[in-house]
Parts: sequence; C-alpha cells; structure tokens
Amino acid sequence: MSEKGQNFTEKKSTRRNFLKNSGLTIGGVVLGGAVGSLLGKDNATVTEETGHQQHAAETSSSNTNAALMFFSPEQFQITEAAVERIFPADDNGPGAKELLVAYFIDHQLASGWGTGAKEYTSGPFFPGEGTQGYQSSLNRQDVFTIGLAALESQSKATYEKSFIELSEEEQDAVLTEFDDGKVKMKGVSSDFFFSLLRSTTIEGVYADPLYGGNANMAGWKMKNFPGHQMSFMSMIEKDEVIKLDPIPLSSQHGH
Amino acid sequence: MVTTLPKTDVVVVGVGWTGGIVAAELSKKGYKVVGLERGKGRTTADYLMVHDELRYTKRHEMMQDLSKETITFRNHEKMRALPMRQHGAFVVGTGVGGSGAHWSGQNYRFLPYDFQIKTMTEERYGKNKLDSNYILQDWGITYDELEPYFDTFEKMAGISGEENPLGGFRSNPYPTGPMKTSPLLQTFKDATTNLGCHPYMVPSANLSEDYTNPDGISRAACQYCGFCSRYGCEYGAKADPAVTVVPTAEATGNFELRTHSQVVEILHTGNKATGVRYVDVQSGEEFIQPAEVVVVSSFTLNNTRLLLLSNMGTPYDSKTGRGVIGKNYAYQNNCGETVGLFDDRQFNLYMGAGSMGVAIDDFNGDNFDHTDLNFIHGGSIFLLQTGKGPIGFNPTKDGTKNWGKQFKEESIKYYSSQVAIDAQGANLGHRYHYLDLDPTYKDAWGMPLLRMTYDYEDQDREMAKFIGDQTEKIVKEMGATHTYTNREQGPFDIVPYQSTHNTGGVIMGSDPETSAINNYMQMWDFDNVFVPGASAFPHNGGYNPTGTIGALSYRAAEGIDKYLKNGGSLV
Repeated sequence: MSEKGQNFTEKKSTRRNFLKNSGLTIGGVVLGGAVGSLLGKDNATVTEETGHQQHAAETSSSNTNAALMFFSPEQFQITEAAVERIFPADDNGPGAKELLVAYFIDHQLASGWGTGAKEYTSGPFFPGEGTQGYQSSLNRQDVFTIGLAALESQSKATYEKSFIELSEEEQDAVLTEFDDGKVKMKGVSSDFFFSLLRSTTIEGVYADPLYGGNANMAGWKMKNFPGHQMSFMSMIEKDEVIKLDPIPLSSQHGH
Repeated sequence: MVTTLPKTDVVVVGVGWTGGIVAAELSKKGYKVVGLERGKGRTTADYLMVHDELRYTKRHEMMQDLSKETITFRNHEKMRALPMRQHGAFVVGTGVGGSGAHWSGQNYRFLPYDFQIKTMTEERYGKNKLDSNYILQDWGITYDELEPYFDTFEKMAGISGEENPLGGFRSNPYPTGPMKTSPLLQTFKDATTNLGCHPYMVPSANLSEDYTNPDGISRAACQYCGFCSRYGCEYGAKADPAVTVVPTAEATGNFELRTHSQVVEILHTGNKATGVRYVDVQSGEEFIQPAEVVVVSSFTLNNTRLLLLSNMGTPYDSKTGRGVIGKNYAYQNNCGETVGLFDDRQFNLYMGAGSMGVAIDDFNGDNFDHTDLNFIHGGSIFLLQTGKGPIGFNPTKDGTKNWGKQFKEESIKYYSSQVAIDAQGANLGHRYHYLDLDPTYKDAWGMPLLRMTYDYEDQDREMAKFIGDQTEKIVKEMGATHTYTNREQGPFDIVPYQSTHNTGGVIMGSDPETSAINNYMQMWDFDNVFVPGASAFPHNGGYNPTGTIGALSYRAAEGIDKYLKNGGSLV
C-alpha cells in the first residue's frame, strides 16, 4: 500500500472516532460532521431572528433557492456576518443578511464568473503595475476561499474568537484591516479581497431577485428603484418624485 | 484542412456599424456581400430579459469573451505589457451589431476643426503650440466634404436632435426632434444659459418618435426605460445595426451573414488582397473566403491587429516615427468632472435613456481661445440622464468610507439627488502611444495579442484643470449643496471604466508616408482593402465617435462601389 493510502485509512478511522465521541446522533444514527454543523446553525438562526420570523421561514423552507452551491456552511456563516457589516440593517431597511446576500454570493461563485470563464487566464503571470489590473492566477472562488480563511485566522489571532463570534465593532475592525491592505494573504492583497467582497455585497443587495439576493426586493425599495418597468414615457418630464412598486424580471417570464 | 469557398464581390470582417453600413449600401447596388461576424446573431427578441443590471452591466453580457482574445497593456515602453484579464477601462462588444448594439446612442458630428486640426492650429497659434511628441495631422477630408455622409447616416439611424449653435454646417435638420427634457436636464440648461453658454439637446439614436428611414425600416419611439448603454433595446428604438442596416442588407438577397466566424488572416498577393481565412468557432473548421474587396470593419483595436497579423502595411515604429499600422492610437480624455449632491432636491434618476442629455460646445474644439492655455482642443461638456442602476450608482459625500452604516445611508439618500458633469475631452496622437503585436501573449487560436502602449500626457492634464473649472461653475449654478471637482488626470489605468472610444491605428490622411488609408478608407498599399471605423481617426475629437464613424463608413461604401467599377486608387 502506498503512503498515500495509509494516510487515508488513518484519517478515516480518526473521523469515525470523532463522530462516535461527539454524540451527534438522532434516533441512534450517527450524523456526519457537516450535517451536524448545519443543524446547529439552523437552530441558532431561528433563535437569533425571532423578530424576523417571515425571513426565517423563507430561508429555511419556502425559499428553495436558499441552499449552497459553493460555500461550506462555515464559509457561508463568515460571509453572512461580513456582508452585514458592509451593508448593515438600519432605519432605511434590512441589511445584507436579511436580503440573503450571502446566498447570492455563493451562487455567483458557483457560476462561470466564479471561475473566470470569460476572462483571460493564460500565463505567464507577473505582478504588474497598479494600472495594469488583475494579474493573479487565482479565480474568484480561490480568492474567496483564501480570503474567508484569512478573515477567520485574523479574528482568532486578534481576539481568540471566530469572526462570527466577534462584536460588530470587532468585526468592523477586522474588516478595516483587510480594507486597508494590512493583512497578509496568499495570491492577492487583502484589500483586493475586501473590494471583491464589498462589490459582490452591493450586487447582492440590488440585483434582480432571480439571482437569490435582494430578498422581497427590499434592496430596491430602499432606493425607490422600481425594477423591470416597460416605460417611463409619461413620467420622464414630471417634477415630483415618482414611487412605483418594484417589478422583478420573473414577471416578464410569465410568473 | 481548409475549405475554399466560391468568390464573392465583397467580404466584410465584423458586422457592426461599419460592416453593416458597407454591406447594406453595396448589396443594395447588387454586389454580393458576405459578412463574417465572430459572435452571435441578434434580434430584439433577445432582449426580453434585458432589464438586468447584473447580467448586462456587471457581467458584461454583450462584450467580447476575453478568454478567447484580449489585449496587453503598458503605460510606456519601459513597462512590461500584461494582458487585460478582465473587462475594465473599455468594453468591446461582440456579436452582430458589435459595440453598436450596446452603445448609448449619442450621435455627434466631429467639428470642422477636427478634420483640419493641424492646419487650423498652426494658423491660429503657430507651429510650436505643442511639443514635438504630439502628432497632429489633417484627416485628408474637410467637414464640408463629409457633411453629406453625416446626413445619410443620421437619416438611416433616425437621429433625434436640435441644431448645435456652435457645430458645423448642416444641410438638413435632424430627421426626428430632440428627446424629452427632464427636470434635471432643465436645471443644466438653465445653469449653462445663465453662464453665457449655448446648451442644446444631445443628438440621440434613441428615437424621440416613431420613424421610418429611407430604406423603409420602421422603428418605435424610445420609452425612457433606463436600460440603454451596455444593453440591447427590446423596442428597437435605439439605432443598432441589427435593427437597421443588417435587415436592409438581408432584404436585398445579396447579403449572406455568417456568425461565429472568426477571421484570422487576410490573404494577399502583391498589392491585392485575395480574400480572408476564418474559423467557424463552433465546428472548428477553417475556410477561405475569396473576395474582390476585403473590408476590415471590426472594432478599432481588432482592425489594427488583423492587419499586423496579416503583414499588411508598414508597422509603426516609435523609434523612427516611421510606419503607419498601429500609429496614433488615441482614447477619450474624459476629464474635469464635478459631482454635485443636492440635500433639498430629488430627481427620478432611475428613468432615462442613453442619449437623453444636454451638451455645450463652448469649450470644445477651437470654439474658445487657447492662446494663454497650455493645451489645444477641448471637449463637449454634458449632462446625461441615462437611467441609474442601483448596483452601480452609490453616490456619497467625498471622504465617506465605501461600506458600513454611513455608506448605506448616504448612498440611498443621494441615489435620487446627484449630478455629475465632465467633458468628453479630445485626445491627440502621440509618438509613444501606439498599437503593435505582443511578443508573449497569445489568443485562443495561438496568434499574438495586440499590445497597447498608452498614457495620458500634459495636454490631457492641462485640459482636465481647465474643464474642472468650467464644470464646477455649472454644478454650483445648478444649486447643488455639495460639490467635488476632480482636476487631475492619469496615469491611464486599465481597471476603472472610462470610455469605449478607442481610436486610431489605421489612420486616414492624404500622404501614404504618414497615413494608412486615404479618405475613402482605402489602404494605400492594397487598393482592394478598405478599413472604415474609428481606427481611421488621426486623433479623437471631443465627442462620442459613432456619428463620425457612420459618415466615414458611407464614404467607404461609395469608394468600394467606385473601385469595383473602375479599379485602382481612388485619390
């Protein structure tokens, strides 16, 4: 047996021991680590969000879009916490978390955009000057994977806590270090990662709900953006502020 | 394995405005025309789901696939050129219509000064107004000679507008009246009038009314839906080759459009092209399309690249200043922007159209005295209400961090209360701004990418300071509560979007030593090759380029007809 195979067997038995000892069982069946962590998270979400029952119901059952295509549950939780700091809930309306922006980002990363399908990805790779644009060999999936891990390790190094356990002020402080380019990251600078996280957050707040964010079009409502409207011919010359109920693209598709 | 097809009269490489116009005009005259388009075909039915900012603006639905081809870029010769891996400063279209499918529709005529810039600048300011690195050249044609072609293009596209009090002579009024005026535009009109300027409605290819053009093509009026620049128009209200010249060409029965056809080489013997070699990118098959005339009508940058890849014309050499292919690459000096935020006024900024706007030319061309200024030319200063998408438009006060509580508050508040005014500045040819082939990076077919060497210069920076002073006055006069003016320019950065008004590389003129084509867009070195488009501009003017591209394309079509009848050089 090769060395590789041996390691694999060792790992498997370690994992089995862990499951046995961790006591995560329902009806006598041992649950895998991933399922266990999801279960724990869901309970936490429900408890946390008693004030937003409609949202909790939507994410857990009726919204079949709210599942993960790319992130691990842990990556999802870090993303959800980070985007809420970038676009927080306030008197204007919901924040990025309630708008389901983390699902939007997950879905986008799983798309061709996440892998740079329509971008030039051939080498050779050189760092380049600031005016020459993105030159790393990493795609956006890679950047997010490395960036989220760096958010987590930076939080642990500074506060000895996971990013999702930090106070809002502490989360802001960590994100600011990333924004300022002060955190060491592989492949790209921390401010590049932050700027990608920030722009994708804004996209998730305001993109058509067909992409999984902008829940209930609440992003649009805050800005008084009416979505997919066929004509403003009769309104374009008017002086008053015109407020229209927003319309999603699904209306055009016959739903 | 290459299949040689039957010969055609004319083969058109790229079916956007230039290729579409040439195809329509020549097929109407009875010539057989084959159009080779690298991208897909398009009709208005493709745009039923077009009101999607993420897909079209942020994910570049209509733009060229950079995994297949891109450019490399450096600011100067001492820098290593690196590939433009993602869309940024400019967004090149692909598919039928090309960049004419996703454009805004602002449709200007360059000024009389532009066409005789060298002569007129030297007459008024002497020979040493600029340092010797700037390359000023007359275009080999005057505005008055080009006027009938502007007129033809405007009638075909149904341009909506009103007379520019400071523009060139017009033989006819615009075929349709100006676009509607919103309260924001009216504020700009009033402010510029108060300051002694001459505002006029931006000439627009978004139809102000239903219109039937001389070819019998009918199109509906613009609905001001706010999805225009970077989008296709589901109404066909925005003039686009796919709803104008392409159906006109197809109706003749003499035009064959082949999509997904990537031309990789122009074939030639002696001083004649014999046809083109292309790849069907869906099947991978290679074809040779022989033709009497080859029209190079792709995007500016790709026109230059195809000639260089095909070893046609003399490549430009910055060391000696000799050679012409790749020379005088220029851009748009968008500069001197003032942003204004209103605490006491709101506008319906989500409504609009790509060319719904007001402009002034008081600081464009040589409409003002440059004796005491350290630059020439200028730009149109304008305000557009294009329809603001909520993803891309997040105005805040200067100095506000771009995330967090304050960002959210301000970006929501000022989403309806912002104005931004700058100039579409002219950009001159320069000894060290040029296009050539990259020594390292290749496209999906193994051919060298085009390399761009470009930066902003003192001329551009001086213009930015001057324009900033003007836009600041206007925005203050409009009554904005907070104003921020940017008087800086450069270095040129490939990342933030600036303009898709790339020009030059295959420039026109009256001297084969200093230009690549004559005033019929006919190559000096190959009399059956015509290269219409913004690649023909010896410099870029202070306006959007399409109106002038359209005029030059009608001029080229006339030249090709003459050539097919009589042969030889047309000048």
